Amino acid sequence: MQKIKDYFQSLLLWELLKGLRLTGRYLFKRKITVQYPEEKTPQSYRFRGLHALRRYPNGEERCIACKLCEAVCPAVAITIESEERDDGTRRTTRYDIDLTKCIFCGFCEESCPVDSIVETRIYEYHGEKRGDLLMTKQKLLEVGDMAEDQIAEDRAREAMYR
Amino acid sequence: MFEYLFDAIRDGILAPVVAMVAPAGYESYTLYTLETLVKILAILIPLLLSVLYLTYAERRIIGLIQCRIGPNRVGFFGRRVWGLGQPIADAVKLLFKEIIIPTGANKRLFIIAPLLSVAPSLAAWAVVPFDDTLVLADINAGLLYILALTSLAVYGVIIAGWASNSKYAFLGAMRSAAQIVAYEIAMGFALVCVLIAAGSLNLGEIISSQSGSILHWFWLPLLPIFLVYFISGVAETNRAPFDVAEGESEIVAGFHVEYGGMAFSIFFMAEYANMILISVLTAVLFCGGWLSPFQGLPLIGAIPYISEPSILWLLIKTSVFLFLFLWFRATFPRYRYDQIMRLGWKVFLPITIVWIVVIAGMVVARVPPWFS
Repeated sequence: MQKIKDYFQSLLLWELLKGLRLTGRYLFKRKITVQYPEEKTPQSYRFRGLHALRRYPNGEERCIACKLCEAVCPAVAITIESEERDDGTRRTTRYDIDLTKCIFCGFCEESCPVDSIVETRIYEYHGEKRGDLLMTKQKLLEVGDMAEDQIAEDRAREAMYR
Repeated sequence: MFEYLFDAIRDGILAPVVAMVAPAGYESYTLYTLETLVKILAILIPLLLSVLYLTYAERRIIGLIQCRIGPNRVGFFGRRVWGLGQPIADAVKLLFKEIIIPTGANKRLFIIAPLLSVAPSLAAWAVVPFDDTLVLADINAGLLYILALTSLAVYGVIIAGWASNSKYAFLGAMRSAAQIVAYEIAMGFALVCVLIAAGSLNLGEIISSQSGSILHWFWLPLLPIFLVYFISGVAETNRAPFDVAEGESEIVAGFHVEYGGMAFSIFFMAEYANMILISVLTAVLFCGGWLSPFQGLPLIGAIPYISEPSILWLLIKTSVFLFLFLWFRATFPRYRYDQIMRLGWKVFLPITIVWIVVIAGMVVARVPPWFS
């Protein structure tokens, strides 16, 4: 009996019609597309985007060239050279992050004892020449100066979990 | 309406030019040739435009079914007109791409193949009646001509697969050949049923013999055949769920892996022109072509415009079937190969053969309201 029922159901395309009804209903459902440049999805304050080097409020750069980030970087994207400055402190002379190598894991930020190297929420950037995605110390500091307000706010929200 | 337009073009534009240019004694032949050319253009240009925008409709409708929006960026003159510029942008891009001919390919066949696949799907339009007088070639063997041309299209696919000298293309061609053989027979028998029911091979007469009301159309006495024909049509055009010849997930792109640029887009055009052709034929053979569905009904049948036969009804019916093509693609996963063969040989073929007997019996017994 069941066999006969199955036979007629398949002959009359019953299941196919059920499938068509389902997709037909989806035709009129609300569309969930986010139209990117005009609309954006919400972003976490923990978002790991473009890197930046921060400064203290008095303008002194935070980085002390401890090279922990260079050591922890799993993609070997960070290169640091340092020397002693006239006032006896140790500072970097070179701080390069190769963004074409970087995997945006955030370990550099985690390892930094002075909250100097951070990852910002900036993700809309591009390079047009080969060197454009090699972030030098100069460029990283500029990003830090530009986005300092946002960086500080995000770090403050994050502080209670650390 | 259209006859007046063609007459006006012939008398107003062509005749004076021909009188000036053509040598004496050949005026009438030249005029006739030019007139036919104008008519061919009048069919082909709207057809190719619909092919263009069918690709857009497909992306849009499948997008909507998948809860997406689909192409909506490319417009005209800096305005987004719901992305209506998209097919034109695609066409221009394909035009400027290089056609790469693989080293081991049979060069002549490789170039001929896309033409072989597009030519029949365009040529078949010669006998499609758009109105009771509006048909390019009102020949008596219209149905036979259609059957012959739709079968020819597969040679393009097979030759493309063979000439590419690539294993994926070859597999695609083999699959396509086996599938078309299976479904061509069911399709042929389905056409025989229509032929028996209408008593004519002329497409115009087939439509006239369906006149009456929506219940007089052949979809009702030929209901199983109607479904078999449309499903075979989907298989014939290598559309999902019968797209084993392309089979992106199995054999990359099937018979047209090696094609790029304009050569590829001609295959693409052929596929979509075939879809439109199958939709029009289904409308003509089973759904009364240009006849109005409200004709002969009480009350609504008395309203002047919507109960009269017109080309608009044919276009509406065709669009409905085209929408079904797209809906199928968005709904069904690809058939397994043995299932396709089973459906073709063990389901469709017996159904059509049985129904030939049934419909012949109905015609002989003059079953009302269709055959009385």
